[in-house]
Amino acid sequence: MGRITLNQVTKSFGDVNVIPPLDLEIDEGEFVVFVGPSGCGKSTLLRLIAGLEDVTSGRIDIDGQDATALPPAKRQLAMVFQSYALYPHMSVRKNIAFPLKMAKMDKAEIDRRVGNAAKVLNLSDYIDRRPGQLSGGQRQRVAIGRAIVREPAAFLFDEPLSNLDAALRVGMRLEISELHNRLKTTMVYVTHDQVEAMTMADKIVVLNAGVIEQVGSPLELYRSPRNTFVAGFIGSPKMNLFGEAEAAKHNAATMGVRPEHIQVSAESGDWKGTVGVAEHLGSDTFFHVHDTGLADDPITVRAGGEVSLHNGDTVYLTPEADKVHRFDADGARIA
Amino acid sequence: MARAVTTQRKIAFTAAAWLIGLLIFFPILWTFLTSFKTEGEAIASPPSFLFFDWNLSAYEAVNERSDYPKHFFNSVVISFGSTALALLIAIPAAWSMAFVPAKRTKDVLMWMLSTKMLPPVGVLIPIYLIFRDTGLLDTRLGLVIILTLINLPIIIWMLFTYFREIPGEILEAARMDGASLKSEILHVLTPMAVPGIASTVLLNVILAWNEAFWTLNLTAANAAPLTAFIASFSSPEGLFYAKLSAASTMAIAPILIVGWFSQKQLVRGLTFGAVK
Repeated sequence: MGRITLNQVTKSFGDVNVIPPLDLEIDEGEFVVFVGPSGCGKSTLLRLIAGLEDVTSGRIDIDGQDATALPPAKRQLAMVFQSYALYPHMSVRKNIAFPLKMAKMDKAEIDRRVGNAAKVLNLSDYIDRRPGQLSGGQRQRVAIGRAIVREPAAFLFDEPLSNLDAALRVGMRLEISELHNRLKTTMVYVTHDQVEAMTMADKIVVLNAGVIEQVGSPLELYRSPRNTFVAGFIGSPKMNLFGEAEAAKHNAATMGVRPEHIQVSAESGDWKGTVGVAEHLGSDTFFHVHDTGLADDPITVRAGGEVSLHNGDTVYLTPEADKVHRFDADGARIA
Repeated sequence: MARAVTTQRKIAFTAAAWLIGLLIFFPILWTFLTSFKTEGEAIASPPSFLFFDWNLSAYEAVNERSDYPKHFFNSVVISFGSTALALLIAIPAAWSMAFVPAKRTKDVLMWMLSTKMLPPVGVLIPIYLIFRDTGLLDTRLGLVIILTLINLPIIIWMLFTYFREIPGEILEAARMDGASLKSEILHVLTPMAVPGIASTVLLNVILAWNEAFWTLNLTAANAAPLTAFIASFSSPEGLFYAKLSAASTMAIAPILIVGWFSQKQLVRGLTFGAVK
């Protein structure tokens, strides 16, 4: 249960073509994350799978059955919305029971399942409260509870954590990952946050302007980004990308080095520059190095927490030779 | 800096509020007082305010001359019937305009409102003839139909405005949860819109209760509501203020009481806490 196939799916809003023909396979039990900048079509793609938007052309299969024309209610999918979208006039219990009530399940079974979901999600103490009386994290849990009671073929998450504060977000991220490990149900998760994508996904789908730039496991995307877009999007801080003379030495139009793959030295190295801002995090230090002659933007470098270089210091940088990424004039990776 | 609210200021505002309130309420109060006077006292100059011979002679005369319960019943049937019928049409209409708007939805809304700008008397003759030919003249059903049609634009507009406040994602969530269109409207949209629907209902009941043009022109004896009951006391032989006031008081009292009790319900409203 939970295999989703998109075949030549397109979507236009009026004259605007949001998603050009797109193919995608989501396997049973996979945790797939759609990631990309705002307006890249990732939410639209999720809504197409959900059935909340109609495809302009193409075909969507769910578990081998053509679901293209099925209404959302018939697709056996559950969705968690960014705004939580709880029913404000219902208690937590009734919110979670709603999909079961719609499925005309008998009352004893509804009570059992709602009780279980509430226990799993630590909601038992709030079960008779209304959504208005809950905190953001609790509301998000209710939304997840409402999704899991149905035992759907797949879960769809539309930026579920973006309304939460940073600490809560890390906690909920873990909870959702644990939920996936336990339920082993297909999950499709949309986010613009590449950290969420890296930490949660089995498979990441990087989208840009409706086009899939690359599909792969987090580490595949990290190690061998297929083009400059993916290279710049995956990884934090961003990969340093620069062209011209230095890239030509490596027979490339653009070369890229991740901040963590550059050695820092106060004495000698391949490139010379001046330290601009130094961000000391304790465990790591991020240096923004100017005047390297490599690019107009400063080069970002990650060094150990104890490296003491300061604003204005001269610094030498050396890239790790086997970690240099090369791209051609079209931005595509050179193997 | 917060504005200092002094006791004097509070007293001044309270007094002003009471003054304005009384000013608005005065005609109703005067009607009420006049209804307890004799015809002679009612036209006395200078008029007496509270110190007159309170008596029920006007009410007795009114009850002798006409059948209040019948008119009251007609008013109830017509105002609540037309409101219920209008809601049945307006809820789905407002749902579709608020949540699945088409290119011309705005135009349709404006067009509906524009029908309210037409003076009713302009269509009196055609409607009268239609009613005569279909046997709807002087029937409660006929009035329910005409008042439904008259007030439908306002009801749809009001509901449309309330529905638009409801986040579409909640309805989408209902769809994902397996709700059919009927369940979505019945279990999710309507309960969330209860405060809006309640105020729409109340306003429409009041509008229908007070509607005089169509109810006077399309009824004779059988279906005449309280408006016709009041009008029957403004006779060409001269005005009988006490009786007219007694009839008016009897006609407006029910709706005044309903309005008074439901205002708290209307103002309170449901708190929307589901969406951040």
